[in-house]
Amino acid sequence: MKNQDPQHSTDFFSRRDRAYEFVRERWDMMALAVLAVAPLCVPALGGALGGQVTTLFIYCILALGLNVVVGYTGLVHLGIAAFFGIGAYIMAILTVPMYPFQIGFLAATIVSVLITAGVGLALGAPTLRLRGDYLAIVTLGFGEVVKVTLRNLEQITGGMKGLNPVPPPGAGVKVAGIDLGLAFAIDPRWFYYLALVSLAGVVLAMRRLEDSRLGRAWVAVREDELAASAMGISATRVKLSAFAMSSAVAGLAGCLYAASLSTTADPNAYDFNRSIMVLCAVILGGLGSIPGTLLGVTILVGFDTVLAPWADSLIQQMNINPSGLILLSFSGWRLAIFGLALVLVMRFRPEGLVPSRRLAAELHEAHP
Amino acid sequence: MLRSVAPLPILHKSQSVSVQFFFQQCLIGLTNGALIALVALGYTMVYGVIGLINFAHGDLIMLGACLALSLVAALGLSMAGPAATWMGIALLVLLCGLFCGTLNVAVDRLVYKPLRTAPKLAPLVSAIGVSFIFMNIGLFWIGSADRSFPELLPSANLLPSDSLQFNWKDLLVVIVVVPLMLGLSLLVRATRLGKAMRAVSQDQTAAALVGIDVDRVIASTFFIGGFLGGAASVIYGLYINTIGFQMGFQNGLYAFTAAVLGGIGSIPGAVLGGMVIGLVRALSSAYVGERWTGAIVFAILIVILVFRPEGLLGRRTREKV
Repeated sequence: MKNQDPQHSTDFFSRRDRAYEFVRERWDMMALAVLAVAPLCVPALGGALGGQVTTLFIYCILALGLNVVVGYTGLVHLGIAAFFGIGAYIMAILTVPMYPFQIGFLAATIVSVLITAGVGLALGAPTLRLRGDYLAIVTLGFGEVVKVTLRNLEQITGGMKGLNPVPPPGAGVKVAGIDLGLAFAIDPRWFYYLALVSLAGVVLAMRRLEDSRLGRAWVAVREDELAASAMGISATRVKLSAFAMSSAVAGLAGCLYAASLSTTADPNAYDFNRSIMVLCAVILGGLGSIPGTLLGVTILVGFDTVLAPWADSLIQQMNINPSGLILLSFSGWRLAIFGLALVLVMRFRPEGLVPSRRLAAELHEAHP
Repeated sequence: MLRSVAPLPILHKSQSVSVQFFFQQCLIGLTNGALIALVALGYTMVYGVIGLINFAHGDLIMLGACLALSLVAALGLSMAGPAATWMGIALLVLLCGLFCGTLNVAVDRLVYKPLRTAPKLAPLVSAIGVSFIFMNIGLFWIGSADRSFPELLPSANLLPSDSLQFNWKDLLVVIVVVPLMLGLSLLVRATRLGKAMRAVSQDQTAAALVGIDVDRVIASTFFIGGFLGGAASVIYGLYINTIGFQMGFQNGLYAFTAAVLGGIGSIPGAVLGGMVIGLVRALSSAYVGERWTGAIVFAILIVILVFRPEGLLGRRTREKV
């Protein structure tokens, strides 16, 4: 009798391994299929829920942009929301009736993405030579400067009111007798699909980038800048390209955000808290890992929009907190929970929930 | 024609008023700057020794201010006589200093110490996490709204001039900050601990090789930085008179800017940087508008980092590989 039980068990494991590999390789297509069909099956996505999921997709795009700088290239970036905001405001300036441009969604998106990439280059060119932690502070300071400027330049940005109304994409464009803009305005599912397609495009682009010459250069600079330079990689140029790429993607997310809300909202939507939440999502999910980043954003947005309101209403129903003490409300613990999550992840699983294999190896090697 | 009678005296008068206004703003700026410098020292010392931007430092000071507020109520200081008030303030500075120092050491032991050999991103992100936790504690402690800190000191002007104001609150800042700074520089320059701190900040391994207990030195650094922050929190409450659970972020950022401006890791640099930032803040609030102050300060920070990353008094160092 040869190969009885051992054979059996390896078979079992290899089958499970294959299933795991299948999920690992094909998760994107499976998720895309489910999300593409969902609006047709779930009527709630035609209402407020659709808007929330659209916002989730937009944050996913933003986080994927941040992941280029923080995950692939290993630089600390604390001002991604500034680029998100610049994207949103340029989109608004180019489309709102208050300004004479009104060039339409697609053209405005292209211009806006180019400008945010340019701003990223302009900020990065002089500062990327700095030490890593100084760069963190420069990006943080830049975020504050942008927020204050957006708030104070009332003639241009509308101050605390923001700019509105941002017309829906395709306003005035008729397809088969239907005004596209009207369709977007009436049914949130149009925005859902727009955001989903954009997200899928960004994910695809990121996967291609990961394996490209540039993507490998990013990772090389993260792992060992000196060694990378010795191999002929210009570290400053590689970092700069990462910075510009991340700014451009954040700008795209900003465009979608302004269009889907039909306003830029007030400048506080683009402050340090937004930057730090997106950073938390990337770190929690897994630096340099696309599925990790998406999962991280989903967890954080899910916490704020699903878990916290649910737990709060549960507490209210059970009448634990009749006097409305903040200590006894679930959402009162939000900051502590996020903070503790960051500390614990950094301590015990610095590679995040869905690690990128290479980064995980690198991080564990660093612990002697 | 130029000698026409009326305008000249008015011009003269307004000029002297504007000059006095300028000096007044400078005085405000320097007093504020002393406060910023005290916080900046906490950043610069920790950075000098372990190379960590301690993001939680601003929020540590917020917690100190919460304790100060609770202590003022508990001790009934708002009703005390002048002598008792000054004694009470001294006690507040001591207690809040001890509280913040101990808390800082505890956080170092629990959070940063296990990450000493990890990549630099790890302690930085952990510090952001700690700052969130501190903010949440502050939220539970004093609530989400800003709280007014009682005025304990009389607002009488101490200068003979009417137009130049320097009152007891300003004096308080000076008499708390100056001795603390002198004490600190004495400690760093003239004691064994100070020598050990300087050694650790130059080279941890070499310091350990010559028998310095590196962990103890790092803990002392956190304690001293925290103690100065605790003292700053009391003065902040008494001087600014408003505290809130979110105050740590912005104040921390100003102080950090000051530390970088002076040259991070350099103690005189932090003091100088604090003074400069205080002046810039006061003057830009007076002449440009308060709402632009934040943008101006951070724009200066970016410009300094680009053109003189080693700061005003720092030494140029290459990033170690």
